[in-house]
Amino acid sequence: MVSDVKDILLVGVGGQGTILAADILSQVLVSVEYDVKMAEIHGMSQRGGGVSTMIRFGSKVFSPITEKGKADYVIAFELLEALRWSDYVKPGGVMIANTERIEPLPVILGKAVYPNDIEEKIKAKGINLITIDAAKFAEQAGTKKAANMVLLGCLAALMPIGKEAWYGYIERRVPSKTIEINKKAFDLGYEIISTTASMV
Amino acid sequence: MKVLLTGNEAIAHGAYAAGVTVACGYPGTPSTEILESLAKYEDVDASWAPNEKVALEVGIGASLAGARALVTMKHVGLNVAADPLFTLAYTGVNGGIVVITADDPGMHSSQNEQDNRHYAKAAKIPMLEPSDSSEAAWLIEKAFTISERFDTPVLLRTTTRVNHSKSLVDASDERVQKEPSYEKDPQKYVMVPAHAQKRREVVESRMAALADYAEEFPGNRVEWGDRQIGFITSGISYQYVRETFPEASVLKIAMINPLPKRMITDFIDHVERAIVVEELDPYIEDQIRGWGLTVEGRNYIPGIGELNTEIIREALNEEEIEAPVEDVKTEEMPQRPPMLCPGCPHRGVFYTLSRMKLIVNGDIGCYTLGVMPPLNAMDSCICMGASIGNAEGMHKATGRKDIVAVIGDSTFVHSGITPLINTFYNQDPTTTIILDNRTTAMTGRQGHAGTGVKLQGENTKPLDFEQLTRAIGIESVQVIDPYELKEVRQALEEAIAQDEPSVIISQRPCLLVERSKNGPLMVTADNCIGCKVCLRLGCPSISWKDERAVIDTASCVGCGVCAQLCKSDAIVEYTQPDKGAGI
Repeated sequence: MVSDVKDILLVGVGGQGTILAADILSQVLVSVEYDVKMAEIHGMSQRGGGVSTMIRFGSKVFSPITEKGKADYVIAFELLEALRWSDYVKPGGVMIANTERIEPLPVILGKAVYPNDIEEKIKAKGINLITIDAAKFAEQAGTKKAANMVLLGCLAALMPIGKEAWYGYIERRVPSKTIEINKKAFDLGYEIISTTASMV
Repeated sequence: MKVLLTGNEAIAHGAYAAGVTVACGYPGTPSTEILESLAKYEDVDASWAPNEKVALEVGIGASLAGARALVTMKHVGLNVAADPLFTLAYTGVNGGIVVITADDPGMHSSQNEQDNRHYAKAAKIPMLEPSDSSEAAWLIEKAFTISERFDTPVLLRTTTRVNHSKSLVDASDERVQKEPSYEKDPQKYVMVPAHAQKRREVVESRMAALADYAEEFPGNRVEWGDRQIGFITSGISYQYVRETFPEASVLKIAMINPLPKRMITDFIDHVERAIVVEELDPYIEDQIRGWGLTVEGRNYIPGIGELNTEIIREALNEEEIEAPVEDVKTEEMPQRPPMLCPGCPHRGVFYTLSRMKLIVNGDIGCYTLGVMPPLNAMDSCICMGASIGNAEGMHKATGRKDIVAVIGDSTFVHSGITPLINTFYNQDPTTTIILDNRTTAMTGRQGHAGTGVKLQGENTKPLDFEQLTRAIGIESVQVIDPYELKEVRQALEEAIAQDEPSVIISQRPCLLVERSKNGPLMVTADNCIGCKVCLRLGCPSISWKDERAVIDTASCVGCGVCAQLCKSDAIVEYTQPDKGAGI
C-alpha cells in the first residue's frame, strides 16, 4: 500500500496569523474531498513564542504529525523559524520563507545572535528556497497585517486547487471589512510564485 | 456533514448530541476548549468552577438529579478532583456522568507527565480513549451510555495530540432528549460506612460485568494484516502504528479499563510476535504480563515523553523499509522561549522581587514565566495553589521573614484561599502577593469568580479579594498598582517587616483583556547612556542596538515601567519623526 499523503508545515511566531492561514488551507483541502489532519502546537505564551501547524492530506491520513525530512512544503512566516524548521523539508521539497526578522528574547537581551546567513544555510541543505518580503506585498494590498495571506497565496500557486476555493474560505474567515484587502494580498502572493515558476 | 474539528470540539459536539445539559470544569491545557465549545449551545449550562474538585461535585449533583453531566480538566486537575471521584465510583450515577482527563505526554504545557490511565484502575471505573476527533465524538456518546447502563462514572482520557489535532467528523444536529428524574436513595447516595461497605461489593461486580462488556465493545477491534507482528495499541499511538506499519495486524483498544482479556489473548495466539505500543507507562503491557501471557513493548518503546512515527519505526524496524532521510544537523540558533508580554502587569512586581532578593514561592500561570532570565524571580513552583503553603513551610523551617508567595487571581480562587487561612491560623509572617490581572491568562483569558463574567457571557457579581482577605482576618492588606515601581517596593518593604501574615493585591488587567490606552514610548538616543538598566526588565519591546537601548514602537504599550528605571530620562513618549518632503 503506497501512501499518497502530502505534508505541509506553517511555522512562525505567535501573532503572525499562521493559525488562520492553516485553517483556511485545511478547509480548502476538505472541500476538495481529501482526508485531512492538522496538528497545532502553540507555545506557552500568548504572544511572541514559536507557533507551528502541521497539515497532512491524502486519501487516508493516520498520524497528525509530520516527521523530520518528510514535508512537501514548509511555509515559514519568519526567517529564523525558516532555519529552525528547515530539517522538516523533504529532499526535493519546497520552502517559502518570509524575510521578516522577529528577534527572540535571548537575542534582544544580547545572550544570543540572530544568524546572518540564513538563506545560504537553508540553500546549502539542497532545499528549494523561495524568499519573499511578504509585508511589502501586503502593504501594496492595503495593510501589513495581510502578510499571512500573501504567504498563503504563494503556497496556493503550488497546489492544484483553483483560486475560487481559496477565495471562498478567505471570505468566510477574515473580518468582512478586510475581505478585498486579504484577497488582493493572496493574489499578489499567488502571482509572484506563478511568475517565478514559469521562469524556471 | 463532514467537518474538520479538533478533538476538543468533537468531544463538545458529541457531548451535546448525547444530551448533556450540565457541564463544568476548570481551564487547563489541553482540555480548555471542550467547555468553551460546549458553552456556545444555549440549552447547556456550561460553567467554570474555582477548581476541578468543585467542578466534579457540580457534575455529581447534576447527575444525581438525573441530568447527563460532563466534567473537564487536564491531567493534574484529576489529582485535585480525585477525592469525590473515588467515592462517586461507589454511589454510581443517575444521569450519566463523564469526566475528561486530558493528559499531556511530553509536557507541552504542564508541570509533570503523569499517566492518568492508572486513575481508572485505582478508582475502579471504566475508561475510554479516542485516537482522533471522529472517534472522540463517537466515544463520548458511548461513555454516557456505559455510565447509565452500568451505573458508574466514566473517565474519557485524551492526550494533547488528540485534543489539539483536527480531523474529519461526521457531525449531525440530532440530540438525545432526556427528562431528568430523581428518587431519594440514601443507601446508594449517602456514603456512611454501613452504606459504603455494601456499595464496595457493587463496585466489584460492576467491574466484572464491564470486563465482559469490553469483549464486545465495538471500539475494541482487530484489523488483520500480516501476522508476523501484531501490535496492541490505543489512543494516538494507534495512528502512529498504522502510519508506520500499514501492513501489520493491529488490535486497537478504545476501552482502557477494563481491558478485553479474551480478545487480547486470542490476538496474541494468532500472531507470531505481539508488541504493545503505548505512550508513557507500560499500563497495557503490565496487565497482559500479569495474565501470564508473553508480550513485548517497553523493551522497544520509550516510557518518557510523546511517541511519534519516527520513534516507533526506529525502535522496531530491524530491516530498513526505505533509505532513511539524511539526518540534517540542527543549527546552533537562538531559542524562542515564552515570555511575559510587553507591558505585562506582573513584570514590575517580579523586577522588584528580584532586586530585593526575596525568596519567591511561585505558582501556575503566565506569571510562572517570572522564573525566566533576566528576572530570575522564582524559587519554587509545584502545583496550582501551592505557593502560599510552600512559603509558610519555608518560614517554619527557617524563621526568615523575607519569604513571599505569588499567586494569580484565578489560581487564588482555585486553591489559594485555604492555605491563606492556614497562614492566618498559624500566624506565620509570610507575604502573599495576589497577582490580579482580572483573568485566567495562561489558558486563554477565561473568567473566574473574581472577574464578574460567566462562561456563557452573562455578567455576575465579582468576588472582592480585599474584602475576602480581610474577612479571613488578615489585617495587613495593601492594594497596589504594579506599574508604579516605588509603590510596589514600598508595599513589599512594609509587608515583609510585619510579624504577622500579610497580603498585597497587585491589580492591573491583563493587556489581552483590556487594551492599553497609552501610546508607545521611545528612547532618545542622545540621552541614552547605555547603562542597560532597562534591559533588566526582560521586556520584549526593548532591545540593544549599536550600544544603545531601542524600543520597538509597534509592540510597546506604554506601560512606563522602563521609564521609571531610566536615570538619564532617555525614555519618553513616542513622537512621529518629522517626515521630510518627498517621503
